[in-house]
Amino acid sequence: MSREFVEGAEALARAAIDAGCRFFAGYPMTPFTEVLDHMAEKMPAAGGVCINAESELEAVGMAWGALSTGARAATGSVGQGLSLMQESFSEITRAELPLVVFNMARGQSDYFQSTRGGGHGDYYHIVLCPIDIHEAIEHVYLAFDLADRWRNPVQIYGDYLLGHTWESVDLTSRNVAQPAKEWALDGSLNGTGRARNINSLGMTKGAKGIDPETFWNRLQDKFRVIQAAEQRIETEFTDDAIYTVTAWGTAAKFVRFVVREMRKEGYKIGYIRPITLWPFPTDAFKAAASGAREIGVFELNGGQMIEDVRLSLLGDAPAVSIGGISSDSSGFGVGPLLNTARIRDIIERHYARVAADRAA
Amino acid sequence: MIVIDTTKPPQEPAKQKWDTRPDLLIEGDHDLCPGCGEPIALRCMLEVIEEMGLSKDAIGAVGIGCYTALTSLLDTDMVQCLHGRAPSVATGIKRMRPQSLVYTMQGDGDMVNEGLQEIIHSAARGENITCLLLNNGVFGETGGHMTATTVIGQRTKNTLEGRDAAYHGHPISMTDLLAPLGGVGYVARSTVTTAKDIQRTRRYFKKAFETQRTGKGLSFIEVLTMCPTGWFLPVQEGPDYLNKTMSPVFQIGEFKVDGKIVTPEGQV
Repeated sequence: MSREFVEGAEALARAAIDAGCRFFAGYPMTPFTEVLDHMAEKMPAAGGVCINAESELEAVGMAWGALSTGARAATGSVGQGLSLMQESFSEITRAELPLVVFNMARGQSDYFQSTRGGGHGDYYHIVLCPIDIHEAIEHVYLAFDLADRWRNPVQIYGDYLLGHTWESVDLTSRNVAQPAKEWALDGSLNGTGRARNINSLGMTKGAKGIDPETFWNRLQDKFRVIQAAEQRIETEFTDDAIYTVTAWGTAAKFVRFVVREMRKEGYKIGYIRPITLWPFPTDAFKAAASGAREIGVFELNGGQMIEDVRLSLLGDAPAVSIGGISSDSSGFGVGPLLNTARIRDIIERHYARVAADRAA
Repeated sequence: MIVIDTTKPPQEPAKQKWDTRPDLLIEGDHDLCPGCGEPIALRCMLEVIEEMGLSKDAIGAVGIGCYTALTSLLDTDMVQCLHGRAPSVATGIKRMRPQSLVYTMQGDGDMVNEGLQEIIHSAARGENITCLLLNNGVFGETGGHMTATTVIGQRTKNTLEGRDAAYHGHPISMTDLLAPLGGVGYVARSTVTTAKDIQRTRRYFKKAFETQRTGKGLSFIEVLTMCPTGWFLPVQEGPDYLNKTMSPVFQIGEFKVDGKIVTPEGQV
């Protein structure tokens, strides 16, 4: 293992290329821009193509085409740009193409957008949410593997902190093996009556019309299997915790630090971090939260993940929002609440209340 | 004058002598209306692909319109694209498979309304793809509504008294937009109203695909197609209406060949 000191955006781009990504298209927008910079710089040397697309609509369309040929391909943006891409995300999901999306969000306000499909129709993307660059590198390899395995888009939910922080990380090449893709377009079946059709409407060659119900139900069956198979969670100190704090993404790094400090000082406090935002690690969350009298949900938005927390707890304990909207003046989501002293104040206050209730 | 003796049966029984169907067309019926020009244009393209020996190289990126119903009979690998987005999807395909013959198929609503930016940028980037516009001046699939190529005076469901430039704006000619762009190798417009026009369409397809094969940039071919249903006309009046109303606005001929701007005047 060798370590080098790199910026998060560079680590993401290099891991993607090492994972076999050979097509990338994007439109510059902070804090996604640096991922695009590194892709543009490094992709040609790997024999790939990076296109500085004329809009997010075109970027995702180009990735759609590249994926159809069986190439590993990705796009990305921030939540605002992903809003423009949602129409294509929705169709690409129904076309069962293994798209990887780098969502370098402006903070945590796009949880709903990421986890609720985002576009039209009944669908989900697998959403991996790294806490730091080390985990983000693992998630990049995992994202391409999961996308191929399930033939479903996978999103990496990063942010300004992840993209712009420098860390000493291991980027040794992993010689990734890729699965064969018999569905990929190459023209070899042209004229046989069985030419391939990457189709999001459920149309098949030689058959008139479509059968939407059968097609959509088949996809729902797949989502249910993914939901059972791909939940990931990180928990600490939950066994005897009377109060447990949950957080996600880079904000969880601050919360985890505070919880570890308080544990050292004897607080009976626990920590839960969903690593996959979809599928939400529902059962593991419920199990880890068991015994806690209250769950504090620290997220930097108006209250989004708290809905999934409540759906997981099913009334076992109240979930109370202890985060909130917090941003810098540019709206990039690096706000005053990303401060361990302030987080500690908040957690101590809630812990004291829960402990007092318990004593009484 | 030869007079056929119909008092006796013919020496040979009447039968189909050979199958004229292109290899890339799957046998079956389609859902398009009588008198529609789109199947003719599509057949021209498939015949040319086959004649050029490129049947195993073709990959399509197909938009959303009436012609989408034809794709189940279209025996080339293809991607079903969103309305307007086919040139970007084709870009991704071609960049990953430069050896393939990549074509797009869009209608006027798809390319000129919803997807104008995509075709313009793909052209300016000089993508080595062939983009087909099936232009009938209406949204046929929705039942005959105005598109960006509806000609002045044309009645549609949302221009009931005819398209009025002052109220509904002016039609857009794609050949005018694309021919001047640096990345474009070939630009032509044809129609399928007569046998001569069908032959011309085939000729243009061949030149468009040759442009792609020799890496001379984006090739664009627009085919004016009849839509008697969307024009609210009897089927047999479609070709005549097209020739009288659309062809004067959308000039037939080649506008760019081998990357050089040409004028359609005097072309056959």
